[in-house]
Amino acid sequence: MAAAMPLALFVLQLLGPGGWCLAEPQRDSLREELVITPLPSGDVAATFQFRTRWDSELQREGDTDHYFLRYAVLPREVVCTENLTPWKKLLPCSSKAGLSVLLKADRLFHTSYHSQAVHIRPVCRNARCTSISWELRQTLSVVFDAFITGQGKKDWSLFRMFSRTLTEPCPLASESRVYVDITNYNQDNETLEVNPPPTTTYQDVILGTRKTYAIYDLLDTATINNSRNLNIQLKWKRPAENEFPPVPFLHAQRYVSGYGLQKGELSTLLYNTHPYRAFPVLLLDTVPWYLRLYVHTLTITSKGKDNKPSYIHYQPAQDRLQPHLLEMLIQLPANSVTKVSIQFERALLKWTEYTPDPNHGFYVSPSVLSALVPSMVAAKPVDWEESPLFNSLFPVSDGSNYFVRLYTEPLLVNLPTPDFSMPYNVICLTCTVVAVCYGSFYNLLTRTFHIEEPRTGGLAKRLANLIRRIRGVPLL
Amino acid sequence: MPSEVVRGKRAALFFAAVAIVLGLPLWWKTTETYRASLPYSQISGLNALQLRLMVPVTVVFTRESVPLDDQEKLPFTVVHEREIPLKYKMKIKCRFQKAYRRALDYEEEALSSGSAQEAEAMLDEPQEQAEGSLTVYVISEHSSLLPQDMMSYIGPKRTAVVRGIMHREAFNIIGRRIIQVAQAMSLTEDVLAAALADHLPEDKWSAEKRRPLKSSLGYEITFSLLNPDPKSHDVHWDIEGAVRRYVQPFLNALSAAGNFSVDSQILYYAMLGVNPRFDSASSSYYLDMHNLPHVINPVESRLGSSAASLYPVLNFLLYVPELAHSPLYIQDKDGAPVATNAFHSPRWGGIMVYNVDSKAYNASALPVRVEVDMVRVMEVFLAQLRLLFGIAQPQVPPKCLLSGPKSEGLTTWELDRLLWARSVENLATATTTLTSLAQLLGKISNIVIKDNVASEVYRAVAAIQKSAEELASGHLASAFVASQEAVTSSECAFFDPSLLHLLYFPDDQKFAIYIPLFLPMAVPILLSLVKIFLETRKSWKKPEKTD
Repeated sequence: MAAAMPLALFVLQLLGPGGWCLAEPQRDSLREELVITPLPSGDVAATFQFRTRWDSELQREGDTDHYFLRYAVLPREVVCTENLTPWKKLLPCSSKAGLSVLLKADRLFHTSYHSQAVHIRPVCRNARCTSISWELRQTLSVVFDAFITGQGKKDWSLFRMFSRTLTEPCPLASESRVYVDITNYNQDNETLEVNPPPTTTYQDVILGTRKTYAIYDLLDTATINNSRNLNIQLKWKRPAENEFPPVPFLHAQRYVSGYGLQKGELSTLLYNTHPYRAFPVLLLDTVPWYLRLYVHTLTITSKGKDNKPSYIHYQPAQDRLQPHLLEMLIQLPANSVTKVSIQFERALLKWTEYTPDPNHGFYVSPSVLSALVPSMVAAKPVDWEESPLFNSLFPVSDGSNYFVRLYTEPLLVNLPTPDFSMPYNVICLTCTVVAVCYGSFYNLLTRTFHIEEPRTGGLAKRLANLIRRIRGVPLL
Repeated sequence: MPSEVVRGKRAALFFAAVAIVLGLPLWWKTTETYRASLPYSQISGLNALQLRLMVPVTVVFTRESVPLDDQEKLPFTVVHEREIPLKYKMKIKCRFQKAYRRALDYEEEALSSGSAQEAEAMLDEPQEQAEGSLTVYVISEHSSLLPQDMMSYIGPKRTAVVRGIMHREAFNIIGRRIIQVAQAMSLTEDVLAAALADHLPEDKWSAEKRRPLKSSLGYEITFSLLNPDPKSHDVHWDIEGAVRRYVQPFLNALSAAGNFSVDSQILYYAMLGVNPRFDSASSSYYLDMHNLPHVINPVESRLGSSAASLYPVLNFLLYVPELAHSPLYIQDKDGAPVATNAFHSPRWGGIMVYNVDSKAYNASALPVRVEVDMVRVMEVFLAQLRLLFGIAQPQVPPKCLLSGPKSEGLTTWELDRLLWARSVENLATATTTLTSLAQLLGKISNIVIKDNVASEVYRAVAAIQKSAEELASGHLASAFVASQEAVTSSECAFFDPSLLHLLYFPDDQKFAIYIPLFLPMAVPILLSLVKIFLETRKSWKKPEKTD
């Protein structure tokens, strides 16, 4: 189901024409990157990014007309190898050289978390944006569980994660790098040792905090020199202390409450954990038409008080045509929990519209939160071509905040399901009634009665006499 | 008989009568599948359709071409008709309608110039001739317009020049020469046999006749550059310029035959599926003719042709072999390397192998920059494109000078031949589709025909008839458009999904619904009828006995 969506202006300003670079890039350039982030729990997160950029005369005409924008979600779709294969085909070096040799389906799907994306957008070529080029970014994120895939061992290497090592860079890539996040383990080599030792490090403010990365450049011949391959290994010297990762400034939760199969309430909790800064959040909700929302019951409360959103856009659903679309700009006060709740009624579908397993429930797509979260450390403005790819996916011109897009969890809602055996029951019942009625009617009309002489003897008479003797009644 | 029994019998008979007379037809009517009316008789009539393909030829006589008394007879019209012997259910007749006339002044002047090309330039009429028609100029026997030993000349547009004769039977002899030239420029048996290749029974020439693409509303042409070794070769090709200069004019000339769209891509690490063998004599690698069919399959999955468009796709691949297998040649069945180093696959496209000059390796380090020579490549691809479209070599009569095509690579009468062939093919396809639909409806009772499907069928039948009429009157352009419309409508009707709504309705479900209702109703009636019948038979026998 798709819904036409008017684009929120401030998000458009944010992405703008997509940032601009200071130098003219070469035509058709490819950059690839792998970021490895060891998490305190022992899990390892790996994110691949591939960026292809090309110049073309296909100009964007003016501003985007919001009538042509569409937003569509399939809430319950499992990502599998069938999604990875066409995604890999878009890569120029296509799993033969460079970082894409690590993309093996059986290891990538043996993970706790898997996410793939393709972004296509126009990017300005110079500051005045007189000519544009197109950028295709492909990202893939996986989280390897220490216990399931790592079999409980805390030592970790590229080979154990992907069952391949890096041998050569992609000849078409202008940049091919591996970044390892060593922020928390930098100074002493006592908690985490990275092997082979990195030659360069990179420091920057990413998502509001200062982070340090070790860089392995595949295009640098020294990296893959002696052993002909690059197998990055992480060894945990001391078990990591129970340091929880810092709570993000913005996180959200969503749930359905209520009882029965007629009504319910959809609630979204937005947490702002920043101690003193309030910031606005854009909340986009797409609810399928069979949950009929009652917008007059929409309540937004923060810290017990009513919170009126500065912008609301609501497009009601049309049965079987389009879902509800609710978009709001909510100001979250500092250090608070904001609850957005709306009541709904469940609709009864036509009996051919039910899925083969209707008692499983129906999925409601996650809501999307977009916000400019204030950062703890101010960042300097980003130079498009010089900074790594993971920093320039959502660049901001103002270093005091960073852009975040969150998706809440999808929900499973039960709809009232009919009894699917009813057609059979109806047939049986009506046919029985008709047969009985008709049969007796027919009998009355066509049967004739005549008197019959009783016959002597017979088995029935002897049985009847036996029973009569037992009862003490005179015999026949 | 007691009145009770009679009453009972009469009641039973009435029940049976109501059930059979009223109930049965009502049930039948309410449960039949909806079928809008179709023109079955017209569809079966299409099979026996006589196609008459008329080629209007204008024959222009100059002053000294024929004897004077023959010139007095001008202008008049001669018709030459003959049937094309094909083993096809539709009879096809080819009719050349020759309109003889005298030459006008400017034509006389043009035809007395030095060479045929100059004459053509002067004869270039302000308005284009209609598609399918031809103009033949008859010049005098000793004219110097053509070289001495050539009897006729076929030009790039729809004109030809034939030598006249001073003889009593001038018109007959010239007429035969004109027919030969006109047939070469429009319709011969092999053109029509190639068009109907899918509909004729198999014979030994089918393989060659199945090379051209089937007729379709549009085509998508994809040029791909395959670079299996980007570490050694840094290949650049100016495909946009080459398409603009060479391919686009050709496609513009062909635009009457359908919509064309062109795109291109570069694929890296795309290997051929076959390992080439090393030939120590020439120290090069070669691909045997037997290996060629296996080359295409592994590459096909990466081309992405089916995702590109709804129209059939023609793929042209340019393969730059890897350093380890350079240079690579294709060998034909005699073991000699093919001159163009390319091959094509029917109804799919062509592949050309482009070898990098070995001198390029000495100078610089890897990767070597390779600039593809687009002229050489486009020559091969355009020739393959012509073959794949079925623009075959015409059967020229003896001693005939055939002029080369114009700069686009396509002469106008070659396009006409293509349109004739395509029209006939479209009519054959549309007729087959409609006939199959009618037959299916007869055999399977569960197919639903909605009103929109019926209207498509009517439109298809009307389009076929209109196309046949236009072909008979010589209007090739409108006949081709009508034949395309016929194919579109007939396929639309045949492949409509609403036909299948009730097709797989299982029989046991029907019984499960009807039996609980009809069995209790029918059984008492039947038993009563049986009893009545037996008693009546007994009462007939009794009077015989008493008699």
